[in-house]
Amino acid sequence: MTDVRRRLAVSTAAFGGLACAAVLAAPLLGTTSISLRRVFDGSIPFADNVDAQIFFIARLPRALAGALVGATLAAAGVVFQALLRNPLATPFTLGVSAGSALGAMLAITFRLHLSLWGVSAVTAASFIGSIGAVAIVYALARARHRGFSTNILLLAGVTLNAFFSALILFVQYLADSAEALRTVRWLMGDLDVAGYGPLVAALPLCAAAFVAFAWLPRPLNLLSLDTDAAASRGVDVLRVQRVAFFSASMATGAAVSLGGPIGFIGIIVPHLVRLMVGSDHRVVLPASAMFGAAFLVAADVVARTAMAPVELPVGIITAIVGGPFFLWLLVRQR
Amino acid sequence: MGRGTRGGGLGTRDSGFGPSAKSGPPRAGSRGGIRGVTLTAAAIFALLYLNHGAPGLQPRAHLAAQAPRPPARIVSLVPSATEMLFAMGAGPRVAAVSSYDRFPPEVERLPRVGALVDPDVERILSLRPDLVVAYASQTDLLAHLARANIPVYPYRHGSLAAITGGMRDLGARIGMAAEAGRAAADLERGLAGVRAAVAGRPRPRTLLVIGREPQSLRAISVSGGFGFLHDLLVVAGGDNVFGDVPRESLMVATETILAKRPDVILELHYSDRSSREAEAREREAWSLLPGVPAVRNGRIHLLYGGELVVPGPRVVLTARAFAQALHEVRPR
Repeated sequence: MTDVRRRLAVSTAAFGGLACAAVLAAPLLGTTSISLRRVFDGSIPFADNVDAQIFFIARLPRALAGALVGATLAAAGVVFQALLRNPLATPFTLGVSAGSALGAMLAITFRLHLSLWGVSAVTAASFIGSIGAVAIVYALARARHRGFSTNILLLAGVTLNAFFSALILFVQYLADSAEALRTVRWLMGDLDVAGYGPLVAALPLCAAAFVAFAWLPRPLNLLSLDTDAAASRGVDVLRVQRVAFFSASMATGAAVSLGGPIGFIGIIVPHLVRLMVGSDHRVVLPASAMFGAAFLVAADVVARTAMAPVELPVGIITAIVGGPFFLWLLVRQR
Repeated sequence: MGRGTRGGGLGTRDSGFGPSAKSGPPRAGSRGGIRGVTLTAAAIFALLYLNHGAPGLQPRAHLAAQAPRPPARIVSLVPSATEMLFAMGAGPRVAAVSSYDRFPPEVERLPRVGALVDPDVERILSLRPDLVVAYASQTDLLAHLARANIPVYPYRHGSLAAITGGMRDLGARIGMAAEAGRAAADLERGLAGVRAAVAGRPRPRTLLVIGREPQSLRAISVSGGFGFLHDLLVVAGGDNVFGDVPRESLMVATETILAKRPDVILELHYSDRSSREAEAREREAWSLLPGVPAVRNGRIHLLYGGELVVPGPRVVLTARAFAQALHEVRPR
């Protein structure tokens, strides 16, 4: 126990420090050089202070969005891997992101022009799509089964992914070339949220999910081994599965509607963290969230500076950087 | 009736004009003297044919062997090429158009044969065209048509100069070089008028937005320093803030726009003008960037219209709209 506490303290200090450093450094980095003194110079009106605008309007919300999306996807990845007892599970395995993408594609292709509280129609539609996918998968997993079959969950998710992918292609096919390009770009992920509205909209759901995540590590430790063994130790298996499924799915839906389906975070970060801190979910879950935040914020800095002024999709960076790094660590460990 | 009509007479004799029909796709760059001679011969032949009708054709068959006859049933998969064909007076020869063609109104009556990614080969073949204008990148379609011995005109989009150049080339290909030349000259005169109207005026630093997520500043796509939209902006007296990027379009972050500080934002919407409220909401989305001079000074212009996306004869209208937005002049 003390060992776990020590590891938790060390990993929180290390990964938390890394995440804080990334969020603090990211707004200072970019193709335009800005002066920090000018950014916080209250004597210059905000409308005339370009440095402050770049800092507060363009970079800071972007870094915060990266941290929120990265933390959420990485933590959701940990939860899904434990829930499905499958190391290859990702936040997108159960079709949440495909549902989200379908919603976004429909909003883009049919040019929905609605906006509520700073949230565009595309963001809202993608979140509604993710809820639809969650509802379908949950209904399928519960149908003809008194419990909560993770096998059916997995099969339903994979099938739904394929089905939604077909619908996405169909909607893209109906779109004209300009819209089709926008849909493809959306699928690559984008954290340039331009303001705090989309962040504020996604935050309550992610925060609620993290409250649930805080309760999950101990039962997930037992559940990831064997459901019967967990039940025999007094774990309310069905309840844990439900909480894990809904919290991770909702968080994924909120993250994807905010930043698009940014791949690799949800699988690479949990595995990287496990390689570093072991497999106890009490350490892995918070460490993954913090490392996911740092990783995505850093990837986004690369995305907006590598080919400036052309903006690279951040999903490409996470895949290009994350994949080989993960393989290197894997080879180095054994 | 059947004797003199193009559909009945020429259509049945396609195979008799082997050299022309089997010549395959013309090279995009093949133009000039030889083509001029062959087209003149073709024009003479067409006149003789129309004067004397099909039964009198036999003695003149050797002419056909030397020169391709002007196409009479053209299928256009390229909206800008369709507009060019109508502008040069070849509208009656257009037999079918792409699913994206909206202009001129006459195209509404014509069959649709798919577009860039989904050309309906079967439908195209069934229309028995004697020329198909397709994108040069539609290699599968071009191969199909080559196998069916249907001549094609591979079309490439490019700069503003490529529009008038393409119009003249297409006109030469269909035996209407003079008419195409006149239409191209009209276009050039129109553009020269815009240039003259804005000459000597200061060139405002302009952000040319070609797409973004509605009512938000996400996924902003802008014109780089290449392509007909950039060229039109230059003609209309604007200085493209991304003119130094050698790309037709690029996605940019809000940070870059803040740093570029454009004086004017021109935003293109390819649909018809929406309601005044919707337009105001789209304009309002830019208020997130109060430091951009265009936003602060209210110089955000939303332009609506299908012609904005078509690099064809109507680019003059776009250039005038740009000039009016940038300099409040109305070139004629």
